[in-house]
Amino acid sequence: MKKVYIKEDVCIGCGLCEVYCRLKHSRSKDLVKAYKKETPRPLSRLRVDESGIVSLSVRCQHCDDAPCIGACLTGALSRDPSTSLVIVDEERCIGCGTCTLACPLGIPKLDMAQKKMVKCDLCQDEEIPVCVANCPNEALLYAEVEEALT
Amino acid sequence: MIATRKIKYLIIGNSAGGIGAAEAIREVDKAGTITIVSDEPYPTYSRPLISEYLAHPYPVEKMAYRQPDFYEKNKIKTLLGEKVIQVNPDKRTVKLESGTTLAWQKLLLATGGTPIFPEMEGNQLKGVFTFNRLDDSRAIDGFLNQYRNRVRAVVIGGGLIGVSVTEALLRRGIEVTIVEMKDWILNTILDEEAAGFEVQALAQTGTNIITGHTAEKINSYLPGEVSGVTLDDGRVLPCQMAVIAIGVRPRLEVVAESGIKINRGIVVDRRMATSAPDIYACGDAAEAFDFVYGVNRLTPVWPNAYEGGRVAGLNMAGTQTEYQGGTAMNALKYFGVYIASAGLVTPPDDSYETLINRYNGIYKKVIIKKGKLAGMVFAGDIEKSGIVYNLMKDRVDVSKFKEALVADDFGLASLPESVWRDWLAGAPPEGVPVITSIEKPEELVIGD
Repeated sequence: MKKVYIKEDVCIGCGLCEVYCRLKHSRSKDLVKAYKKETPRPLSRLRVDESGIVSLSVRCQHCDDAPCIGACLTGALSRDPSTSLVIVDEERCIGCGTCTLACPLGIPKLDMAQKKMVKCDLCQDEEIPVCVANCPNEALLYAEVEEALT
Repeated sequence: MIATRKIKYLIIGNSAGGIGAAEAIREVDKAGTITIVSDEPYPTYSRPLISEYLAHPYPVEKMAYRQPDFYEKNKIKTLLGEKVIQVNPDKRTVKLESGTTLAWQKLLLATGGTPIFPEMEGNQLKGVFTFNRLDDSRAIDGFLNQYRNRVRAVVIGGGLIGVSVTEALLRRGIEVTIVEMKDWILNTILDEEAAGFEVQALAQTGTNIITGHTAEKINSYLPGEVSGVTLDDGRVLPCQMAVIAIGVRPRLEVVAESGIKINRGIVVDRRMATSAPDIYACGDAAEAFDFVYGVNRLTPVWPNAYEGGRVAGLNMAGTQTEYQGGTAMNALKYFGVYIASAGLVTPPDDSYETLINRYNGIYKKVIIKKGKLAGMVFAGDIEKSGIVYNLMKDRVDVSKFKEALVADDFGLASLPESVWRDWLAGAPPEGVPVITSIEKPEELVIGD
Protein backbone atom coordinates (compact mmCIF):
# COMPACT_ATOMS: atom_id res chain seq x y z
CA MET A 1 0.00 0.00 0.00
CA LYS A 2 1.02 3.60 -0.53
CA LYS A 3 1.80 6.04 2.25
CA VAL A 4 2.47 9.73 2.53
CA TYR A 5 6.05 10.45 3.53
CA ILE A 6 7.18 13.78 4.85
CA LYS A 7 10.38 15.57 4.01
CA GLU A 8 10.39 17.95 6.92
CA ASP A 9 13.67 19.56 5.86
CA VAL A 10 11.92 21.20 2.91
CA CYS A 11 8.57 21.80 4.63
CA ILE A 12 8.04 25.50 5.18
CA GLY A 13 4.92 25.08 7.28
CA CYS A 14 2.72 26.99 4.84
CA GLY A 15 -0.32 24.90 5.77
CA LEU A 16 -1.60 24.46 2.21
CA CYS A 17 -1.93 20.73 2.86
CA GLU A 18 -4.47 21.53 5.55
CA VAL A 19 -6.30 23.97 3.28
CA TYR A 20 -6.64 21.45 0.45
CA CYS A 21 -7.59 18.67 2.83
CA ARG A 22 -10.40 20.74 4.23
CA LEU A 23 -11.54 21.74 0.77
CA LYS A 24 -11.47 18.12 -0.39
CA HIS A 25 -13.62 17.02 2.55
CA SER A 26 -16.13 19.83 2.18
CA ARG A 27 -19.48 19.35 0.54
CA SER A 28 -19.39 22.56 -1.45
CA LYS A 29 -15.82 22.09 -2.83
CA ASP A 30 -15.60 25.86 -2.61
CA LEU A 31 -12.77 27.31 -0.57
CA VAL A 32 -14.60 30.29 0.84
CA LYS A 33 -17.68 28.27 1.71
CA ALA A 34 -15.56 25.49 3.23
CA TYR A 35 -13.90 27.96 5.58
CA LYS A 36 -16.64 30.46 6.27
CA LYS A 37 -20.11 29.25 5.43
CA GLU A 38 -20.56 25.52 5.26
CA THR A 39 -22.22 23.84 8.24
CA PRO A 40 -21.17 21.54 9.61
CA ARG A 41 -17.77 23.10 9.00
CA PRO A 42 -15.48 20.62 7.21
CA LEU A 43 -12.30 19.76 9.06
CA SER A 44 -8.81 19.09 7.84
CA ARG A 45 -7.85 15.49 8.47
CA LEU A 46 -4.22 16.41 8.89
CA ARG A 47 -2.35 18.75 11.17
CA VAL A 48 0.84 20.78 10.87
CA ASP A 49 2.88 20.69 14.06
CA GLU A 50 5.55 23.35 14.41
CA SER A 51 8.38 23.96 16.79
CA GLY A 52 11.14 26.42 15.99
CA ILE A 53 12.20 25.77 12.42
CA VAL A 54 10.75 22.26 12.26
CA SER A 55 7.29 21.77 10.84
CA LEU A 56 5.64 18.41 10.37
CA SER A 57 2.59 17.69 8.27
CA VAL A 58 0.99 14.85 10.25
CA ARG A 59 -1.78 12.53 9.05
CA CYS A 60 -3.06 9.03 9.80
CA GLN A 61 -0.42 6.44 8.94
CA HIS A 62 -2.91 3.59 8.62
CA CYS A 63 -0.50 1.73 10.93
CA ASP A 64 -0.13 -2.04 10.71
CA ASP A 65 -0.93 -2.48 14.40
CA ALA A 66 -3.43 0.46 14.40
CA PRO A 67 -4.00 0.97 18.14
CA CYS A 68 -7.08 3.05 17.32
CA ILE A 69 -8.92 0.00 15.99
CA GLY A 70 -8.39 -1.99 19.17
CA ALA A 71 -9.25 1.00 21.34
CA CYS A 72 -12.48 1.90 19.50
CA LEU A 73 -15.38 1.39 21.89
CA THR A 74 -18.05 0.85 19.28
CA GLY A 75 -16.31 -1.07 16.51
CA ALA A 76 -16.62 1.94 14.21
CA LEU A 77 -12.93 1.78 13.28
CA SER A 78 -11.73 -1.12 11.19
CA ARG A 79 -9.31 -2.02 8.44
CA ASP A 80 -10.73 -2.15 4.95
CA PRO A 81 -9.62 -5.54 3.64
CA SER A 82 -9.47 -4.35 0.03
CA THR A 83 -7.43 -1.16 0.50
CA SER A 84 -5.68 -1.89 3.85
CA LEU A 85 -6.75 1.58 4.99
CA VAL A 86 -8.03 2.24 8.51
CA ILE A 87 -11.58 3.43 7.95
CA VAL A 88 -14.31 4.84 10.18
CA ASP A 89 -17.98 3.95 9.99
CA GLU A 90 -19.47 7.33 10.82
CA GLU A 91 -22.83 5.75 11.58
CA ARG A 92 -21.36 3.86 14.51
CA CYS A 93 -18.83 6.43 15.73
CA ILE A 94 -19.97 8.33 18.82
CA GLY A 95 -16.99 10.69 18.92
CA CYS A 96 -15.87 9.53 22.34
CA GLY A 97 -12.22 10.37 21.70
CA THR A 98 -10.73 7.06 22.83
CA CYS A 99 -8.94 6.73 19.47
CA THR A 100 -7.43 10.19 19.96
CA LEU A 101 -6.00 9.06 23.28
CA ALA A 102 -4.70 5.78 21.85
CA CYS A 103 -3.01 7.19 18.72
CA PRO A 104 0.73 7.92 18.98
CA LEU A 105 0.27 10.82 16.57
CA GLY A 106 -2.81 12.08 18.42
CA ILE A 107 -4.31 12.54 14.96
CA PRO A 108 -7.93 11.34 15.15
CA LYS A 109 -9.77 14.63 15.01
CA LEU A 110 -13.10 15.15 16.72
CA ASP A 111 -15.79 16.98 14.84
CA MET A 112 -17.50 18.65 17.77
CA ALA A 113 -20.53 19.68 15.74
CA GLN A 114 -21.25 16.21 14.42
CA LYS A 115 -19.91 14.34 17.46
CA LYS A 116 -17.84 12.09 15.22
CA MET A 117 -14.19 11.52 14.64
CA VAL A 118 -12.89 12.28 11.19
CA LYS A 119 -9.82 10.79 9.59
CA CYS A 120 -7.59 10.67 6.55
CA ASP A 121 -8.82 8.42 3.73
CA LEU A 122 -5.82 9.14 1.50
CA CYS A 123 -8.31 10.71 -0.94
CA GLN A 124 -9.48 7.40 -2.38
CA ASP A 125 -11.07 8.97 -5.45
CA GLU A 126 -7.88 10.84 -6.40
CA GLU A 127 -4.75 9.42 -7.91
CA ILE A 128 -2.65 11.33 -5.42
CA PRO A 129 -3.93 12.70 -2.09
CA VAL A 130 -4.66 16.41 -2.39
CA CYS A 131 -2.23 17.33 0.39
CA VAL A 132 0.64 15.79 -1.61
CA ALA A 133 -0.53 17.05 -4.97
CA ASN A 134 -0.74 20.63 -3.75
CA CYS A 135 2.38 20.86 -1.63
CA PRO A 136 4.28 23.75 -3.23
CA ASN A 137 7.66 22.61 -1.98
CA GLU A 138 7.47 18.88 -2.65
CA ALA A 139 7.79 18.22 1.05
CA LEU A 140 5.26 15.39 0.81
CA LEU A 141 5.73 12.20 -1.09
CA TYR A 142 3.17 9.53 -1.91
CA ALA A 143 4.96 6.23 -2.42
CA GLU A 144 4.62 2.49 -2.02
CA VAL A 145 5.77 1.25 1.38
CA GLU A 146 7.94 -1.44 -0.24
CA GLU A 147 9.59 1.17 -2.41
CA ALA A 148 10.43 3.15 0.66
CA LEU A 149 12.04 0.20 2.37
CA THR A 150 14.47 -0.63 -0.42
CA MET B 1 -23.52 -35.11 28.10
CA ILE B 2 -19.96 -34.54 26.94
CA ALA B 3 -19.34 -33.24 23.49
CA THR B 4 -17.27 -35.83 21.71
CA ARG B 5 -15.08 -33.47 19.70
CA LYS B 6 -12.81 -31.10 21.53
CA ILE B 7 -13.21 -27.45 20.71
CA LYS B 8 -9.79 -26.11 19.76
CA TYR B 9 -10.38 -22.62 21.14
CA LEU B 10 -13.11 -22.08 23.68
CA ILE B 11 -13.75 -18.46 24.65
CA ILE B 12 -15.95 -17.53 27.60
CA GLY B 13 -17.14 -14.00 27.00
CA ASN B 14 -18.45 -12.24 23.91
CA SER B 15 -17.27 -8.67 24.49
CA ALA B 16 -14.04 -6.76 23.72
CA GLY B 17 -11.64 -9.40 25.11
CA GLY B 18 -13.34 -12.42 23.57
CA ILE B 19 -13.71 -10.75 20.18
CA GLY B 20 -10.10 -9.48 20.25
CA ALA B 21 -8.94 -13.05 20.88
CA ALA B 22 -11.15 -14.60 18.20
CA GLU B 23 -9.94 -12.09 15.60
CA ALA B 24 -6.30 -12.71 16.53
CA ILE B 25 -6.74 -16.49 16.39
CA ARG B 26 -8.23 -16.25 12.91
CA GLU B 27 -5.26 -14.21 11.68
CA VAL B 28 -3.03 -17.17 12.52
CA ASP B 29 -5.26 -20.25 12.39
CA LYS B 30 -7.92 -20.16 9.69
CA ALA B 31 -9.42 -23.55 10.44
CA GLY B 32 -9.21 -24.47 14.16
CA THR B 33 -12.65 -24.57 15.75
CA ILE B 34 -13.59 -21.50 17.80
CA THR B 35 -16.59 -21.42 20.10
CA ILE B 36 -17.69 -18.35 22.07
CA VAL B 37 -19.98 -18.87 25.07
CA SER B 38 -21.80 -15.98 26.72
CA ASP B 39 -24.65 -15.76 29.17
CA GLU B 40 -25.91 -12.70 27.30
CA PRO B 41 -28.26 -13.68 24.48
CA TYR B 42 -26.98 -11.00 22.06
CA PRO B 43 -24.36 -10.96 19.32
CA THR B 44 -21.37 -8.87 20.45
CA TYR B 45 -22.36 -5.31 21.21
CA SER B 46 -20.59 -2.21 22.44
CA ARG B 47 -21.14 -2.12 26.16
CA PRO B 48 -20.37 1.61 26.51
CA LEU B 49 -23.34 2.27 24.23
CA ILE B 50 -25.88 1.09 26.79
CA SER B 51 -26.13 4.71 27.94
CA GLU B 52 -26.89 5.84 24.38
CA TYR B 53 -29.53 3.12 24.22
CA LEU B 54 -31.12 4.32 27.43
CA ALA B 55 -30.96 7.95 26.34
CA HIS B 56 -33.00 7.20 23.20
CA PRO B 57 -33.40 7.04 20.37
CA TYR B 58 -30.70 4.51 19.65
CA PRO B 59 -31.59 1.38 17.70
CA VAL B 60 -30.07 -1.77 19.13
CA GLU B 61 -28.62 -2.68 15.69
CA LYS B 62 -26.37 0.37 15.93
CA MET B 63 -24.84 -1.07 19.08
CA ALA B 64 -23.33 -4.02 17.19
CA TYR B 65 -19.60 -4.20 17.91
CA ARG B 66 -19.03 -6.20 14.72
CA GLN B 67 -20.84 -6.62 11.41
CA PRO B 68 -23.80 -9.05 11.39
CA ASP B 69 -21.85 -11.63 9.36
CA PHE B 70 -18.87 -11.57 11.75
CA TYR B 71 -19.33 -15.02 13.29
CA GLU B 72 -20.16 -16.72 10.04
CA LYS B 73 -17.30 -15.10 8.17
CA ASN B 74 -14.79 -16.11 10.83
CA LYS B 75 -16.29 -19.57 11.32
CA ILE B 76 -17.03 -18.95 14.98
CA LYS B 77 -19.67 -21.02 16.72
CA THR B 78 -21.63 -19.19 19.39
CA LEU B 79 -23.47 -20.46 22.42
CA LEU B 80 -25.37 -17.34 23.46
CA GLY B 81 -27.58 -17.23 26.51
CA GLU B 82 -25.58 -20.15 27.95
CA LYS B 83 -23.91 -19.69 31.29
CA VAL B 84 -20.67 -21.42 32.22
CA ILE B 85 -20.80 -22.53 35.84
CA GLN B 86 -17.51 -24.34 36.27
CA VAL B 87 -14.08 -24.68 34.69
CA ASN B 88 -12.16 -27.90 35.12
CA PRO B 89 -8.48 -27.38 34.19
CA ASP B 90 -7.48 -31.04 34.70
CA LYS B 91 -10.16 -32.60 32.56
CA ARG B 92 -10.03 -29.63 30.18
CA THR B 93 -13.76 -29.10 30.25
CA VAL B 94 -16.28 -26.46 31.21
CA LYS B 95 -19.73 -27.15 32.54
CA LEU B 96 -22.73 -25.13 31.40
CA GLU B 97 -25.77 -24.35 33.51
CA SER B 98 -27.89 -26.15 30.92
CA GLY B 99 -26.09 -29.38 31.82
CA THR B 100 -23.82 -29.64 28.80
CA THR B 101 -20.09 -30.18 29.25
CA LEU B 102 -17.71 -28.77 26.64
CA ALA B 103 -14.20 -30.08 26.07
CA TRP B 104 -11.47 -27.72 24.90
CA GLN B 105 -7.81 -27.58 23.96
CA LYS B 106 -7.23 -23.89 24.72
CA LEU B 107 -9.49 -21.84 26.94
CA LEU B 108 -9.88 -18.08 27.34
CA LEU B 109 -11.54 -16.57 30.38
CA ALA B 110 -12.94 -13.24 29.20
CA THR B 111 -15.73 -13.23 31.75
CA GLY B 112 -15.67 -9.48 32.39
CA GLY B 113 -16.87 -7.67 35.46
CA THR B 114 -19.98 -7.56 37.53
CA PRO B 115 -21.43 -4.64 39.49
CA ILE B 116 -20.68 -4.56 43.20
CA PHE B 117 -24.06 -4.87 44.86
CA PRO B 118 -23.92 -3.97 48.54
CA GLU B 119 -25.89 -5.59 51.31
CA MET B 120 -28.29 -2.76 51.91
CA GLU B 121 -31.82 -2.60 53.15
CA GLY B 122 -34.15 -2.19 50.22
CA ASN B 123 -31.77 -3.35 47.50
CA GLN B 124 -34.33 -5.86 46.20
CA LEU B 125 -37.09 -3.29 45.69
CA LYS B 126 -38.64 -2.63 42.33
CA GLY B 127 -36.89 0.43 40.96
CA VAL B 128 -33.39 -0.56 42.07
CA PHE B 129 -31.02 -1.11 39.16
CA THR B 130 -27.41 -1.66 38.21
CA PHE B 131 -25.96 -0.41 34.93
CA ASN B 132 -23.51 -2.77 33.36
CA ARG B 133 -25.10 -4.55 30.43
CA LEU B 134 -27.78 -4.16 27.80
CA ASP B 135 -30.41 -5.92 29.89
CA ASP B 136 -29.86 -3.38 32.69
CA SER B 137 -30.44 -0.59 30.22
CA ARG B 138 -33.55 -2.34 28.92
CA ALA B 139 -34.87 -2.80 32.46
CA ILE B 140 -34.47 0.91 33.26
CA ASP B 141 -36.00 1.80 29.92
CA GLY B 142 -39.03 -0.38 30.68
CA PHE B 143 -39.37 1.14 34.13
CA LEU B 144 -39.28 4.69 32.77
CA ASN B 145 -41.82 3.87 30.09
CA GLN B 146 -44.15 2.55 32.74
CA TYR B 147 -43.70 5.40 35.21
CA ARG B 148 -43.24 8.11 32.64
CA ASN B 149 -44.36 10.91 34.88
CA ARG B 150 -42.20 12.61 37.43
CA VAL B 151 -39.60 9.97 38.12
CA ARG B 152 -36.74 11.13 40.28
CA ALA B 153 -33.57 9.06 40.46
CA VAL B 154 -30.74 8.67 42.93
CA VAL B 155 -27.50 7.35 41.49
CA ILE B 156 -25.36 5.77 44.18
CA GLY B 157 -21.74 6.15 43.10
CA GLY B 158 -20.21 8.94 41.03
CA GLY B 159 -17.76 6.94 38.93
CA LEU B 160 -17.87 6.32 35.19
CA ILE B 161 -20.95 4.13 35.36
CA GLY B 162 -22.76 6.53 37.67
CA VAL B 163 -22.07 9.52 35.44
CA SER B 164 -22.95 7.53 32.28
CA VAL B 165 -26.34 6.54 33.62
CA THR B 166 -26.88 10.08 34.89
CA GLU B 167 -26.29 11.53 31.46
CA ALA B 168 -28.72 9.06 29.91
CA LEU B 169 -31.39 9.70 32.56
CA LEU B 170 -31.07 13.46 32.13
CA ARG B 171 -31.60 13.07 28.41
CA ARG B 172 -34.80 11.21 29.28
CA GLY B 173 -35.92 14.17 31.36
CA ILE B 174 -35.32 12.53 34.73
CA GLU B 175 -34.12 14.54 37.70
CA VAL B 176 -31.00 12.97 39.19
CA THR B 177 -29.06 13.16 42.44
CA ILE B 178 -25.60 11.58 42.54
CA VAL B 179 -24.29 10.34 45.88
CA GLU B 180 -20.50 9.95 45.94
CA MET B 181 -18.63 8.59 48.94
CA LYS B 182 -15.31 10.34 48.19
CA ASP B 183 -14.63 14.07 47.87
CA TRP B 184 -15.34 14.42 44.16
CA ILE B 185 -17.02 12.48 41.38
CA LEU B 186 -14.94 10.42 38.94
CA ASN B 187 -12.16 10.41 41.55
CA THR B 188 -10.46 7.25 40.32
CA ILE B 189 -9.92 8.60 36.82
CA LEU B 190 -9.79 12.39 37.29
CA ASP B 191 -8.13 14.80 39.68
CA GLU B 192 -10.32 17.34 41.43
CA GLU B 193 -9.72 20.12 38.93
CA ALA B 194 -10.60 18.06 35.85
CA ALA B 195 -13.61 16.57 37.64
CA GLY B 196 -14.65 20.19 38.18
CA PHE B 197 -15.30 20.46 34.43
CA GLU B 198 -17.88 17.68 34.78
CA VAL B 199 -19.32 19.09 37.99
CA GLN B 200 -19.89 22.40 36.26
CA ALA B 201 -21.58 20.71 33.29
CA LEU B 202 -23.74 18.64 35.62
CA ALA B 203 -24.70 21.72 37.64
CA GLN B 204 -26.03 23.32 34.47
CA THR B 205 -28.37 20.38 34.03
CA GLY B 206 -29.72 20.87 37.53
CA THR B 207 -28.21 17.63 38.79
CA ASN B 208 -27.62 17.51 42.50
CA ILE B 209 -24.25 16.06 43.55
CA ILE B 210 -23.69 15.01 47.15
CA THR B 211 -20.09 14.10 47.99
CA GLY B 212 -18.54 12.67 51.13
CA HIS B 213 -21.62 10.60 51.95
CA THR B 214 -22.91 7.12 51.34
CA ALA B 215 -26.36 5.66 50.98
CA GLU B 216 -27.40 3.65 53.98
CA LYS B 217 -30.71 2.21 52.89
CA ILE B 218 -33.34 2.38 50.22
CA ASN B 219 -36.77 3.24 51.60
CA SER B 220 -40.13 1.93 50.61
CA TYR B 221 -43.48 3.40 51.58
CA LEU B 222 -45.46 1.59 48.94
CA PRO B 223 -44.92 -2.16 49.31
CA GLY B 224 -42.06 -3.35 47.09
CA GLU B 225 -41.36 0.00 45.49
CA VAL B 226 -38.61 2.58 45.96
CA SER B 227 -39.66 5.79 47.63
CA GLY B 228 -36.33 7.27 48.65
CA VAL B 229 -32.74 6.80 49.76
CA THR B 230 -31.48 7.50 53.28
CA LEU B 231 -27.89 8.74 53.57
CA ASP B 232 -25.37 8.06 56.34
CA ASP B 233 -26.15 11.46 57.92
CA GLY B 234 -29.86 10.66 58.10
CA ARG B 235 -30.84 12.81 55.15
CA VAL B 236 -33.63 11.36 53.02
CA LEU B 237 -33.67 11.83 49.25
CA PRO B 238 -37.13 11.10 47.83
CA CYS B 239 -36.96 9.16 44.56
CA GLN B 240 -38.74 6.48 42.58
CA MET B 241 -35.63 4.73 41.32
CA ALA B 242 -32.08 4.10 42.48
CA VAL B 243 -29.11 3.01 40.41
CA ILE B 244 -26.32 1.26 42.27
CA ALA B 245 -23.04 2.22 40.61
CA ILE B 246 -20.44 1.87 43.33
CA GLY B 247 -18.06 -0.17 41.24
CA VAL B 248 -17.34 -3.30 39.30
CA ARG B 249 -15.41 -6.38 40.34
CA PRO B 250 -14.03 -9.23 38.22
CA ARG B 251 -16.46 -12.08 37.55
CA LEU B 252 -14.65 -15.03 39.05
CA GLU B 253 -17.38 -17.53 40.00
CA VAL B 254 -16.52 -19.94 37.19
CA VAL B 255 -12.91 -20.31 38.34
CA ALA B 256 -13.58 -20.16 42.07
CA GLU B 257 -12.80 -23.82 42.71
CA SER B 258 -10.60 -24.50 39.72
CA GLY B 259 -7.28 -23.86 41.48
CA ILE B 260 -6.38 -21.14 38.96
CA LYS B 261 -4.40 -18.40 40.71
CA ILE B 262 -6.55 -15.45 41.66
CA ASN B 263 -5.60 -12.24 43.40
CA ARG B 264 -8.13 -9.47 42.89
CA GLY B 265 -8.60 -10.81 39.39
CA ILE B 266 -7.30 -13.81 37.49
CA VAL B 267 -3.51 -13.47 37.53
CA VAL B 268 -1.90 -13.63 34.08
CA ASP B 269 1.67 -13.35 32.80
CA ARG B 270 2.81 -11.17 29.90
CA ARG B 271 1.42 -13.78 27.48
CA MET B 272 -1.97 -13.47 29.21
CA ALA B 273 -1.61 -17.07 30.38
CA THR B 274 -3.04 -18.04 33.77
CA SER B 275 -1.41 -20.39 36.27
CA ALA B 276 -3.13 -23.37 34.59
CA PRO B 277 -1.75 -24.78 31.33
CA ASP B 278 -3.53 -23.67 28.14
CA ILE B 279 -5.89 -21.38 30.04
CA TYR B 280 -5.67 -17.66 29.33
CA ALA B 281 -7.52 -14.66 30.71
CA CYS B 282 -8.03 -11.02 29.71
CA GLY B 283 -10.21 -7.98 30.18
CA ASP B 284 -12.00 -6.89 33.34
CA ALA B 285 -11.65 -10.37 34.85
CA ALA B 286 -7.87 -10.43 34.61
CA GLU B 287 -5.08 -8.83 36.52
CA ALA B 288 -2.57 -8.02 33.80
CA PHE B 289 0.60 -5.92 33.58
CA ASP B 290 0.21 -2.18 34.19
CA PHE B 291 3.12 -0.29 32.65
CA VAL B 292 2.77 2.71 34.97
CA TYR B 293 2.88 0.72 38.19
CA GLY B 294 5.16 -1.97 36.77
CA VAL B 295 3.05 -4.68 38.39
CA ASN B 296 -0.13 -6.61 37.61
CA ARG B 297 -3.30 -4.65 38.32
CA LEU B 298 -6.95 -4.54 37.35
CA THR B 299 -7.39 -2.00 34.56
CA PRO B 300 -11.00 -2.53 33.55
CA VAL B 301 -11.21 -0.46 30.38
CA TRP B 302 -12.37 -1.50 26.94
CA PRO B 303 -9.15 -0.87 24.92
CA ASN B 304 -7.07 -2.96 27.34
CA ALA B 305 -9.60 -5.78 27.17
CA TYR B 306 -9.37 -5.87 23.40
CA GLU B 307 -5.57 -5.68 23.38
CA GLY B 308 -5.20 -8.29 26.12
CA GLY B 309 -7.63 -10.54 24.26
CA ARG B 310 -5.65 -10.10 21.09
CA VAL B 311 -2.39 -11.09 22.80
CA ALA B 312 -4.10 -14.08 24.43
CA GLY B 313 -5.52 -15.17 21.08
CA LEU B 314 -2.16 -14.99 19.31
CA ASN B 315 -0.52 -17.06 22.04
CA MET B 316 -3.37 -19.56 22.05
CA ALA B 317 -2.86 -20.01 18.32
CA GLY B 318 0.86 -20.57 18.79
CA THR B 319 2.30 -17.15 17.93
CA GLN B 320 4.39 -16.06 20.90
CA THR B 321 3.41 -12.51 21.77
CA GLU B 322 3.93 -10.31 24.82
CA TYR B 323 1.40 -7.86 26.19
CA GLN B 324 3.07 -4.46 26.31
CA GLY B 325 0.87 -3.68 29.25
CA GLY B 326 -1.99 -1.33 29.80
CA THR B 327 -3.02 1.23 32.33
CA ALA B 328 -6.25 2.93 33.25
CA MET B 329 -7.12 5.12 30.25
CA ASN B 330 -10.35 6.96 29.58
CA ALA B 331 -11.67 9.51 27.16
CA LEU B 332 -14.90 11.17 28.30
CA LYS B 333 -17.33 13.39 26.47
CA TYR B 334 -20.18 13.76 28.91
CA PHE B 335 -22.30 16.83 28.19
CA GLY B 336 -19.92 17.75 25.37
CA VAL B 337 -16.96 18.27 27.72
CA TYR B 338 -13.93 16.41 26.43
CA ILE B 339 -11.53 14.92 28.97
CA ALA B 340 -8.81 12.29 28.58
CA SER B 341 -6.82 10.73 31.37
CA ALA B 342 -4.42 7.84 31.84
CA GLY B 343 -2.27 6.36 34.56
CA LEU B 344 -2.09 8.32 37.81
CA VAL B 345 -4.19 11.44 38.14
CA THR B 346 -2.84 12.64 41.47
CA PRO B 347 0.73 11.98 42.61
CA PRO B 348 0.74 9.58 45.57
CA ASP B 349 3.84 11.16 47.19
CA ASP B 350 6.39 13.90 46.59
CA SER B 351 8.76 11.73 44.59
CA TYR B 352 6.62 12.65 41.59
CA GLU B 353 6.86 15.84 39.59
CA THR B 354 3.65 17.49 38.39
CA LEU B 355 3.46 19.94 35.49
CA ILE B 356 0.25 21.86 34.86
CA ASN B 357 -0.83 24.36 32.23
CA ARG B 358 -4.12 26.22 32.14
CA TYR B 359 -5.19 28.41 29.23
CA ASN B 360 -8.45 29.33 27.46
CA GLY B 361 -10.46 27.03 29.66
CA ILE B 362 -8.13 24.14 28.89
CA TYR B 363 -6.38 22.14 31.58
CA LYS B 364 -3.37 19.93 30.96
CA LYS B 365 -1.42 18.04 33.55
CA VAL B 366 1.30 15.42 33.45
CA ILE B 367 2.84 13.48 36.30
CA ILE B 368 6.45 12.35 35.94
CA LYS B 369 8.60 9.99 37.96
CA LYS B 370 12.31 9.49 37.26
CA GLY B 371 11.97 11.06 33.83
CA LYS B 372 9.08 8.87 32.78
CA LEU B 373 5.42 9.73 32.53
CA ALA B 374 3.26 8.20 35.24
CA GLY B 375 0.00 10.00 34.55
CA MET B 376 -1.86 12.57 32.50
CA VAL B 377 -5.08 14.55 32.51
CA PHE B 378 -6.22 16.68 29.56
CA ALA B 379 -9.50 18.56 29.94
CA GLY B 380 -11.21 20.88 27.49
CA ASP B 381 -8.99 19.83 24.58
CA ILE B 382 -7.85 16.26 24.12
CA GLU B 383 -6.33 16.58 20.68
CA LYS B 384 -2.75 15.26 20.75
CA SER B 385 -3.37 13.57 24.10
CA GLY B 386 -2.43 10.34 22.31
CA ILE B 387 1.13 11.57 21.81
CA VAL B 388 1.54 11.93 25.58
CA TYR B 389 -0.20 8.63 26.28
CA ASN B 390 2.14 6.77 23.95
CA LEU B 391 5.22 8.44 25.44
CA MET B 392 3.99 7.03 28.74
CA LYS B 393 3.23 3.62 27.23
CA ASP B 394 6.62 3.36 25.50
CA ARG B 395 8.37 4.48 28.73
CA VAL B 396 10.22 7.27 26.89
CA ASP B 397 12.45 9.48 29.03
CA VAL B 398 10.77 12.87 28.73
CA SER B 399 13.03 14.88 31.07
CA LYS B 400 14.53 16.95 28.23
CA PHE B 401 11.19 18.16 26.87
CA LYS B 402 8.77 17.74 29.76
CA GLU B 403 7.59 21.37 29.76
CA ALA B 404 6.51 21.02 26.13
CA LEU B 405 4.08 18.22 27.00
CA VAL B 406 1.58 20.61 28.56
CA ALA B 407 2.39 23.65 26.38
CA ASP B 408 -0.31 25.37 24.31
CA ASP B 409 1.54 24.65 21.06
CA PHE B 410 2.56 21.07 21.90
CA GLY B 411 2.83 18.75 18.94
CA LEU B 412 5.02 16.07 17.43
CA ALA B 413 7.56 18.70 16.39
CA SER B 414 8.15 19.43 20.09
CA LEU B 415 9.68 15.98 20.45
CA PRO B 416 13.12 14.75 19.38
CA GLU B 417 13.25 13.38 15.84
CA SER B 418 14.08 9.90 17.16
CA VAL B 419 10.60 9.74 18.68
CA TRP B 420 8.42 11.08 15.89
CA ARG B 421 10.34 9.50 13.03
CA ASP B 422 9.36 6.01 14.17
CA TRP B 423 5.76 6.99 14.62
CA LEU B 424 5.53 8.52 11.18
CA ALA B 425 6.09 6.44 8.06
CA GLY B 426 9.87 6.68 8.47
CA ALA B 427 12.40 8.45 6.28
CA PRO B 428 11.13 9.42 2.84
CA PRO B 429 12.18 7.01 0.12
CA GLU B 430 15.00 7.94 -2.25
CA GLY B 431 14.66 8.05 -5.99
CA VAL B 432 10.89 8.08 -6.13
CA PRO B 433 9.74 10.53 -8.77
CA VAL B 434 8.07 13.51 -7.19
CA ILE B 435 4.72 14.41 -8.58
CA THR B 436 5.05 18.05 -9.45
CA SER B 437 7.65 19.45 -11.90
CA ILE B 438 6.10 17.44 -14.70
CA GLU B 439 5.14 20.51 -16.67
CA LYS B 440 7.74 22.88 -17.99
CA PRO B 441 8.03 26.01 -15.88
CA GLU B 442 6.35 29.06 -17.35
CA GLU B 443 8.67 31.35 -19.22
CA LEU B 444 9.18 34.57 -17.46
CA VAL B 445 8.09 37.50 -19.54
CA ILE B 446 9.98 40.61 -18.68
CA GLY B 447 8.90 44.09 -19.52
CA ASP B 448 5.58 43.10 -21.07
